[in-house]
Amino acid sequence: MSLFYSTPFNALIEFQRALDAFRDSSWLEQSFSGSGAFPPLNVFSKGDDIVLVAEVPGVRKADLKIEVKDNTVRIAGSKDVAYGERVSVHRRERPAGKFDRTVALPVEVNADRVKAECRDGILALYLPRAESAKPRSISIS
Amino acid sequence: MTKSQALEVRDKKELETKGEKTMPARYFVPPTDIFETEDALTVVMEVPGVEKKDLDVHVENDVLRIEGRIDTSKYDGLSPLYSEYNIGHFSRSFVLSSKIDGGRINALVEDGVLTLKLPKIEEARPRRIPIS
Repeated sequence: MSLFYSTPFNALIEFQRALDAFRDSSWLEQSFSGSGAFPPLNVFSKGDDIVLVAEVPGVRKADLKIEVKDNTVRIAGSKDVAYGERVSVHRRERPAGKFDRTVALPVEVNADRVKAECRDGILALYLPRAESAKPRSISIS
Repeated sequence: MTKSQALEVRDKKELETKGEKTMPARYFVPPTDIFETEDALTVVMEVPGVEKKDLDVHVENDVLRIEGRIDTSKYDGLSPLYSEYNIGHFSRSFVLSSKIDGGRINALVEDGVLTLKLPKIEEARPRRIPIS
């Protein structure tokens, strides 16, 4: 499925609907995922490749650890929330702590070409599909 | 705060006030910490995906309003396969006590976290009274 937006004004609402439609889709169902709490993940396809996105506001790049092997991706890190000395706290809503999650994708990934980007509190992992996992067109003789 | 604590995951909270936005898209309420020191009130807000230029901070009639817009064009060409959270603009407002000096508010965005320093006006600061 690919998304085409008629106008930029309804782009967001269309996209929100699309994301809702894929809420807990069966795509990752087969995988063992877990081992600890983690900011929620969204998974997209971009052509042949897989893009993994998570919101990690306040997590420094240095505190993130990403490992990829075959079809498993591990994302771990920690987040600190500091208030400083001699303060009275009025509201405390920002979560803090350690996280660690491993997901197994249903496709094999070329680990050498994985790109990770972390900007404005959004972590994006670009996972190119391994050559062996790409669909091949079969010519009929 | 203990460092070994596991991150507590919560669902993103949706903005519930009706009839406020002209656009039908959903808005989210950014998780916020607020703390007070002797000379200022600090508001720390998580607005992942919002760039500096897309953040609006307003103070009017003692109401602090923060709006953050995400750039949906970053998701162009991506088709969802699996999702655990939704995306949207952020919006939240707070009624301030009149002790805040609205003209000297300091704002900073880093790694998707907005930090606002709201200095108290001079006469509102606690004072030690010398006993003669």
